[in-house]
Amino acid sequence: MSLSERLAGFVRALREHGIPAGPGETVDAAAALEVLGLADRERVRAGLAASLLRGQGQRAVFDATFDLYFPLGVGAPERERDTHDDLDALRDRAADALVAGDDTTLAQVAAAAVNGFGRYGSEDAGGWSAHQTLEVVQPQTLLVRVLAAMRADTGRDAFTERLDRDEIRRRIERFREHVRSAARRRAAEVRGREYLARFAVSSTVDQVDFLSADRAQLAELRRAVRPLARKLATRLAARRRRAARGQIDLRRTLRRSLSTGGVPMRPAYRRRRPARPEIVLLCDLSGSVAGFAHFTMLLVQALADEFSRVRVFAFVDSTDEVTRLVAHGAADPAGLGARILAEARVTTWYGHSDYGNALAEFTERYGDAVGPRTSVLILGDARTNGGDPNLAAVRQLADQARRVFWLNPERIALWSTGDSAAHAYAAVVAMHECRNARQLADLVARILPI
Amino acid sequence: MVRLGPVTGFFASVDEVSARLAESGYLASNAVATTVFLADRLGKPLLVEGPAGVGKTELAKAVAAVTGARLVRLQCYEGVDESRALYEWNHAKQLLRITAGRDETWEETRTDIFGEEFLLARPLLTAIRGEEPTVLLIDEIDKADVEMEGLLLEVLGDFQVTVPELGTITAARRPFAVLTSNATRELSEALRRRCLFLHLDFPDEHLERRIVATKVPGIEEALVAALVRVIAQLRAMDLRKVPSVAETIDWARTLLALGAGNLSETLVRDSLGVILKHQEDVLKASEKLELDGT
Repeated sequence: MSLSERLAGFVRALREHGIPAGPGETVDAAAALEVLGLADRERVRAGLAASLLRGQGQRAVFDATFDLYFPLGVGAPERERDTHDDLDALRDRAADALVAGDDTTLAQVAAAAVNGFGRYGSEDAGGWSAHQTLEVVQPQTLLVRVLAAMRADTGRDAFTERLDRDEIRRRIERFREHVRSAARRRAAEVRGREYLARFAVSSTVDQVDFLSADRAQLAELRRAVRPLARKLATRLAARRRRAARGQIDLRRTLRRSLSTGGVPMRPAYRRRRPARPEIVLLCDLSGSVAGFAHFTMLLVQALADEFSRVRVFAFVDSTDEVTRLVAHGAADPAGLGARILAEARVTTWYGHSDYGNALAEFTERYGDAVGPRTSVLILGDARTNGGDPNLAAVRQLADQARRVFWLNPERIALWSTGDSAAHAYAAVVAMHECRNARQLADLVARILPI
Repeated sequence: MVRLGPVTGFFASVDEVSARLAESGYLASNAVATTVFLADRLGKPLLVEGPAGVGKTELAKAVAAVTGARLVRLQCYEGVDESRALYEWNHAKQLLRITAGRDETWEETRTDIFGEEFLLARPLLTAIRGEEPTVLLIDEIDKADVEMEGLLLEVLGDFQVTVPELGTITAARRPFAVLTSNATRELSEALRRRCLFLHLDFPDEHLERRIVATKVPGIEEALVAALVRVIAQLRAMDLRKVPSVAETIDWARTLLALGAGNLSETLVRDSLGVILKHQEDVLKASEKLELDGT
């Protein structure tokens, strides 16, 4: 495979993950390779990143794909060709590398680990598994050992000892990353890199489905809340400025013209004071939808300055107000879900979402939260578990509120399948598909007032 | 061979970039040096994005310093426009010229008052017109309005400026252009496509130790290692404002001034205000670092 073919394949794989690299970028990348040469892999990586990427959010996808298309080596690592370390020896090496904290050594040990313990299946039909490798090697159990080794090293600062534990955890996480990357590379040799690039590289975090996000991705999403809120607020401010231009305020223009002898030299424009709407968030917190609800709660909370009032309600089969908990959630976003479940009464005894009851309870107990200046956001997958959808309550909300939006984290294709009452609700209020952070940001920007 | 446009040609190799930047006191990581070299070689503007205080502006200044180029800086702000960024006609002087030449015909006056003499060059035009090597720094482009980006497309794409009355002015010598952004808003695709992208993040511990040692001479190595580790730990926390490189250096200076030989609990607790700027961050960090309550 020639270099240009490889580059073209690489760019194609990036595009499949939503990185919009066009022919112009590809030509730049080729020029970069020409200038840099292929001698230093990290420079090649930096050069390609500079010419193909347009934002740091794309970096994780880029790195994983880069490792597939421009691998560090082929087949087993040179050192492991003849000898095989047994498990203990390998764990010793891993511990040493973790103590030293040197990234290159960590990567080498990771490659050796995958080579020794990651193989499954037969010679021609098998593959390489990071999961299996990590199950055998168990790097997290090395923590105590590494800690002891680091403490034994004399001449270190006493104060910073308390940082060791977290630092080793980060190094172990790096090691896991290296194992995953090494396993992907070995698997690519068996199955072809197009296949691996498509299925084994996860997409950028703002395109990850809320419903299928794992813990790490949810944590990353939570970190993205504040920058996202800041971006939305700036976008909003720009829109407001533009909207404020254009309309002449006749009275003030005439008043101003007096200082220039009655000639209106400087026109005065009418300034609109944007009405800050109240916002009410009504969130389904059952099962897999919870991650989506938590993210949206944090986002709306971060945008609280844009609204005159934010109230948040949560339900599973019973509704309770959680505004206070969410406001505190800004300090500890990871614990938000657990705190709501512990402190608010969102479940009775049944534990499955019951839209009928929850909506009835909301209109009954908190009906006064919704007025003509309120925008209501309902978050949920509209899966009623076969119960009554209680359309009357939603209709009542739609009448009372200024606007009602329903954000559904499921694909449109899945609406009204099984126990979902999505289309029934969609007939009453505007329902939007909201599967990932990008869609959510666009929706929130539209909902925000000018 | 890929055809390369006119280039700035400041550097001959990536190693030369690192070495010369280091001489001027800017320690660049491998990725930074590579990207600067590419921007120089491919003649493309460099868009540097990253958190506040990692040295985005410093990078442009350092490139200008080591190459002996003139630094032309356009500081963007909300409402910066053509007349502040590109060029402006000197109206007062034009009026004087019209009053001075009363006997001339209108045709003569008109061709004359739209000449080079009455053109006030702003940063972008200055950078394009200059004969000597130039580094053009467009700082905090994300603060400017979207309309401003449209203006930059011609400048950064073709390194030319069109003045309707004069025609198109093309750069005699291509400036080395650096744009910095804090990513407070998304820049347009069109602008990004014209640039090489560099995300400047906090340096790794090894590099940060070297930076502190360079900027704060006389500080003990063990102390630097310890404080850089604390900073790395703080950055891993979910704080409102994580400490930047500038704050690391400030902290190192403070500790040096206090005559500290190593970090101790009291010392960290008392000087945490140097690195953290929000009270809630200080509280959170104290808790995570297991500092005793005050």
